Amino acid sequence: MRTSRALLWTALGLGLAVIYFPLVVVLLNSFNADTTFGFPPTRFTLEWWSRATSNEGALHALWTSVEAGLAATAIALLLGTMAAFALQRYRFFGRNPVSLLIILPIALPGIVTGIALNNAFRTILGIDLGLLTAIIAHATFCIVVVFNNVVARLRRMGGNLEEASMDLGATGFRTFRLVTFPMLRSALLAGGLLAFALSFDEIIVTTFTLGTGMETLPIWIYNNLFRPNQAPIVNVVAAVLIVASTVPVYLAQRLSGDTASGGRL
Amino acid sequence: MTALSAFFYRKPRLRLGFLLSAPLLWLGLAYLGALAALFVTAFWHTDAFTGQVVVEWSLDNFKTLFSDAVYRTITFRTVGIAALVTVIDAVIAFPMAYAMAKLASPRAQRILVIAVMTPLWASYLVKAYAWRSMLSGNGALSWLSPGYGVTATIITLSYLWLPYMILPIYAGLDRLPDSLVDASGDLGARSLRTFRSVILPLTFPAIVAGSIFTFSLSLGDYIAVKIVGGTSQMLGNVVYDNIGAANNLPFAATVATVPVVIMLVYLAAVRRTGALDNL
Repeated sequence: MRTSRALLWTALGLGLAVIYFPLVVVLLNSFNADTTFGFPPTRFTLEWWSRATSNEGALHALWTSVEAGLAATAIALLLGTMAAFALQRYRFFGRNPVSLLIILPIALPGIVTGIALNNAFRTILGIDLGLLTAIIAHATFCIVVVFNNVVARLRRMGGNLEEASMDLGATGFRTFRLVTFPMLRSALLAGGLLAFALSFDEIIVTTFTLGTGMETLPIWIYNNLFRPNQAPIVNVVAAVLIVASTVPVYLAQRLSGDTASGGRL
Repeated sequence: MTALSAFFYRKPRLRLGFLLSAPLLWLGLAYLGALAALFVTAFWHTDAFTGQVVVEWSLDNFKTLFSDAVYRTITFRTVGIAALVTVIDAVIAFPMAYAMAKLASPRAQRILVIAVMTPLWASYLVKAYAWRSMLSGNGALSWLSPGYGVTATIITLSYLWLPYMILPIYAGLDRLPDSLVDASGDLGARSLRTFRSVILPLTFPAIVAGSIFTFSLSLGDYIAVKIVGGTSQMLGNVVYDNIGAANNLPFAATVATVPVVIMLVYLAAVRRTGALDNL
């Protein structure tokens, strides 16, 4: 028993080491004075960091990413919450297909979602691609994140408090405002944060749905990845993203203990 | 306001209809509609001279896809890579998730979950790029793979999707009562027997849930292949190249139906395990 425990701990430790090693390499390289990034680095510099903060392409792409992420998150919050209430509180014909429909955008490969929406916008609807089409695409696969968080919370809180509120004479709207919503708030925040993070990092669907001449941060990174003189700045942006990515995870974790376990999201 | 509220309260069907309307319009009409349109487009073709899409029904695209040896190879390679990545991730993730769920203290569990989740949100590209530099000639792990190619792709994809496998399995193991494992031991089962007869059957849906992500994400990937794959291509690259360089949207649509059909068959096959409730 003791050996198997030791083996399991070793597996966990090794696994985590493998997960973090590449990230550490990127962080180190953002300070690496040697542009070919031999490992281990020999000299350190802050030059790339100062050059990155004045890189207009990256800053502009960052802003596009934030805009798209915020808009997609807002739509996902509304639609995901409505769907969660419908599926958690009611039993109806077609309930299983509806829940399958909600997970479909993340269960199908991103390239399929991307090309399907690209085709629908351009050939079927005749809309030019732009920021709006990217937002619509992002919202589609973000709905499930909010949905998962809200369903988990609704399942846990049951309906007793709401029934009590109604028994005491509160209307449906008032019950929602004073009882249901406050209990949902942290789940909504957690879902929203994760939806934003998912949108922020998405590249495949974005490639197919964002207008030409526009860049989100991942697309900017991709476009600069193979340009040798941009590599140091890409490393800095990457390092910033690695550090920044801890924020939504940490906050979401603090906000909702019950959703931490949920699969991909 | 009160009257409206009371009205809605007396009509639960109406409330349900209201709650479902917007999500169903969005996902049902916009998303499913787009998917349906994609499949319709797969039966069209482009004019050889103008490059415009010609609305004319034929199975030519599918014939090309199935008869051309290149596409057959790419399809098998893609499915093979996706399956292998899924198996590798499951084998690595299970012991990690087990240590997290059953050996760590509650406080350590929270920290470990955060430790596994955080890299999920560190940019996908950054991680793929990190592997490119580590597997390159003078990189730290160049001994792992002979240059860029299928091996490098499998390593990179396994790395990228590992957390997607750890988290569902952790959730499944977390729900598994310790008493069942203890009871099995009390009844005389050794560790391996307990694992095979108790732990594995009960956490199987969670493993399948994780496999949906690792498998689907690998099936559709084309960026990791571009970064570390060398000359070997996957289905995603064929789709991408036909939309971009070749400007043949109908054929891209035809190729894209392959991962969709594979995923739908897979989802239908695993529905009974209850894996979809574990997502």
